[in-house]
Amino acid sequence: MNFQFTHRKISGLLGIVPANARSFVDEMANFQFPLQRSLKLKEVMGYDQHRIVDGPICASDLACFGMEHLFRNGLLGRDNFDALLVVTQSPDYFMPPTSSVIQGRLALKHDMFCMDINQGCAGFVIGLIEAFMLLEQPSIRKVVLINVDVLSRKVSPKDRNSYPLIGDAAAIAVVERSADATPIHANLKMDGARREALMIPAGGFREPSSPETAALEDDGENNLRARDNLRMDGSAVFNFVQVEVPPMIEALLETAQWRVEDVDYFLFHQPNRFMLQKLADRMKVPYEKMPSNVVEHYGNSSGVTIPMVIVHNLREQLSRTAVRACLAGFGVGLTWTSMLLPLGPLDFCDLVEFP
Amino acid sequence: MKTIDEVLKSIRPEFDFTASGDFIADGMLDSFDVVTLVSELDRNYGISIAGIDIVPENFRNKSAIESLLARYTRP
Repeated sequence: MNFQFTHRKISGLLGIVPANARSFVDEMANFQFPLQRSLKLKEVMGYDQHRIVDGPICASDLACFGMEHLFRNGLLGRDNFDALLVVTQSPDYFMPPTSSVIQGRLALKHDMFCMDINQGCAGFVIGLIEAFMLLEQPSIRKVVLINVDVLSRKVSPKDRNSYPLIGDAAAIAVVERSADATPIHANLKMDGARREALMIPAGGFREPSSPETAALEDDGENNLRARDNLRMDGSAVFNFVQVEVPPMIEALLETAQWRVEDVDYFLFHQPNRFMLQKLADRMKVPYEKMPSNVVEHYGNSSGVTIPMVIVHNLREQLSRTAVRACLAGFGVGLTWTSMLLPLGPLDFCDLVEFP
Repeated sequence: MKTIDEVLKSIRPEFDFTASGDFIADGMLDSFDVVTLVSELDRNYGISIAGIDIVPENFRNKSAIESLLARYTRP
């Protein structure tokens, strides 16, 4: 499915990470693997440290902290936006929506469109598509898009498949109309038949949490996790990304009539360094144009990784100039989506720590 | 340049790979070992094995790995 927009822009971007940093080396003893094999994996995948919440911190805590930072520093007016989109897989509650929780905690105006989107690693691009569509309405002048996840709370610390790479984070993007008529192209595909490749099996209505769903099980490769935990079929997800993402990007470039060389940066979801470098090799993109350093500094924070790769690598550049960016997200659903857009100069592009 | 046997031995020194016809089924290589193996083969042979080729069938035994490498090292 293809989308096209004009006169839309991201005007500001803020990343929020927990101050609590844990190192892979310190956590290796939790895993049932010889240290030498874990160290080899660290080198290949780019594991080093990840930021995870310390204690019962929720999605709205990170989001409200970031929003208050913007209000306090005059980067966003409390009454100066009309829609609040929250993309998360770790809501504070089943109900009400986390967007309503955030609206209430921040005492925002009632004349506001609040909506949660249950999406993961594709969630930043999907959030942008939704925000661009909302801006069709004259009553919506500015959209605040919040991507946030605290999924470390749902990953078993004894699962070497998932725990070393998981990260918690939030990002706030301000999305608004622009005088720039440059077309923004996007595409999107979804395949629910492969939904079990990435899932938390228990804890919803289909399989409520119980002592049985909290019991740790071996996945056959010495990783211990419960049905209450996030489960990732690493091989299936890897294969999905390598098969589906390159043709998606080719199709997007063809639609926009751009060449690979016309793109300044390929700002992709950050699963791990190995997977991204394999994508870059396949697409003949130089590694410096496709940064893959988010996992080693912060961990994989699902739908927050594209904003994280931007604020970590391009913070200063985007405060001065614009770049031609290709965004791509891929993950839970399964879902894969990409977007070509001019990015910058931004009113703000920064990273703050949640204490 | 290391041989395939030497690369395998460097990843899982506790196993005798010559005694197995299916490294995956025999539990000698798990999914992360395959990733490590690909990384070592890339570096050792100066190639980049494509992501779509990183499937268990290509790493099941020495003959499968040789066939895969032949596709990347053929002049």
